[in-house]
Amino acid sequence: MSYHVEVRVVPREGILDPQGKAVHGALSNLGFAGVAEVHVGRLIRLELDADSSEDAQRSAIAMCRQLLANPVTEDFEVQILQGVGGPV
Amino acid sequence: MKIGVVTFPGSNCDYDCYKASRDVLSADTVYLWHGDHDLADVDVVFLPGGFSYGDYLRAGAIASLSPIMQEVRAFAEAGGPVVGICNGFQILCEAGMLPGALIRNRSLKFRSKPVHLRVERSVPPFTSAYAVGQVLRFPIAHGEGCYVAPEDELDRLQAEGLVLFRYCDPGAAVTEAANPNGSVRNIAGITNARGNVLGMMPHPERAVDSLLGSVDGIGVFQSVAEHLVGT
Repeated sequence: MSYHVEVRVVPREGILDPQGKAVHGALSNLGFAGVAEVHVGRLIRLELDADSSEDAQRSAIAMCRQLLANPVTEDFEVQILQGVGGPV
Repeated sequence: MKIGVVTFPGSNCDYDCYKASRDVLSADTVYLWHGDHDLADVDVVFLPGGFSYGDYLRAGAIASLSPIMQEVRAFAEAGGPVVGICNGFQILCEAGMLPGALIRNRSLKFRSKPVHLRVERSVPPFTSAYAVGQVLRFPIAHGEGCYVAPEDELDRLQAEGLVLFRYCDPGAAVTEAANPNGSVRNIAGITNARGNVLGMMPHPERAVDSLLGSVDGIGVFQSVAEHLVGT
């Protein structure tokens, strides 16, 4: 079965996030008050063949550990959105 | 002595490395192709600077999985000297051959300028031609050169003497102002525990001729050559 998977990769807390800081500054310049913190990460969409949702999850986690996220500086979240051609 | 310089798609300092090796050391120097599994019997491998695979995903991440890197890893595990400069350093960290990671410069700006480095240790195979405390002037040119690692890892690097270069001012003082990218503890270059894999952001291969503004980089090449002659 084919699964739509979304992987969110974000800078780990405590690791310098200069991009987030710069965006935060720009939002303040635009007049958006009350933004306490900004972090910039990335979203990776996969379409994945797997036997089950758990299988898709396991597989995506393995991809994150080996390539999609840097284990030193980033955290990741895997979300199985839907199975294509069958119930979720 | 035979020196290999790996070319990845997007490498742009491979010829600088090649030329430094061939002209400064008069060494037999060959290019190695990222897609090959052949190290051509070289005695030392250079991973040059550039933007391998367009820095997609993270700088060095895709290159660290190229076919040639399997051979480079095996070569290093057998004790062979490997030098990663700039993007080469990023590749070595992504490959897990060096601890830590290189993230976006704290300034968010691409920094291209000469910097000063303090030699922290004078050891073969990479820094024996320098004296401890010596100040070198190398160019840097990177957007992602901010070295980070967990605190305990940093303590270990320091305790085991694995930090070879730190950013400093012209008077050898390691200061915040002399740090061009926000690297923790002003770290500019480190080795693995065994000492045969070096990663550094500044470019020794671009400091090998007075026409380039500095000849301080020659020492890295000389150190490697001396080491190889001795083995």
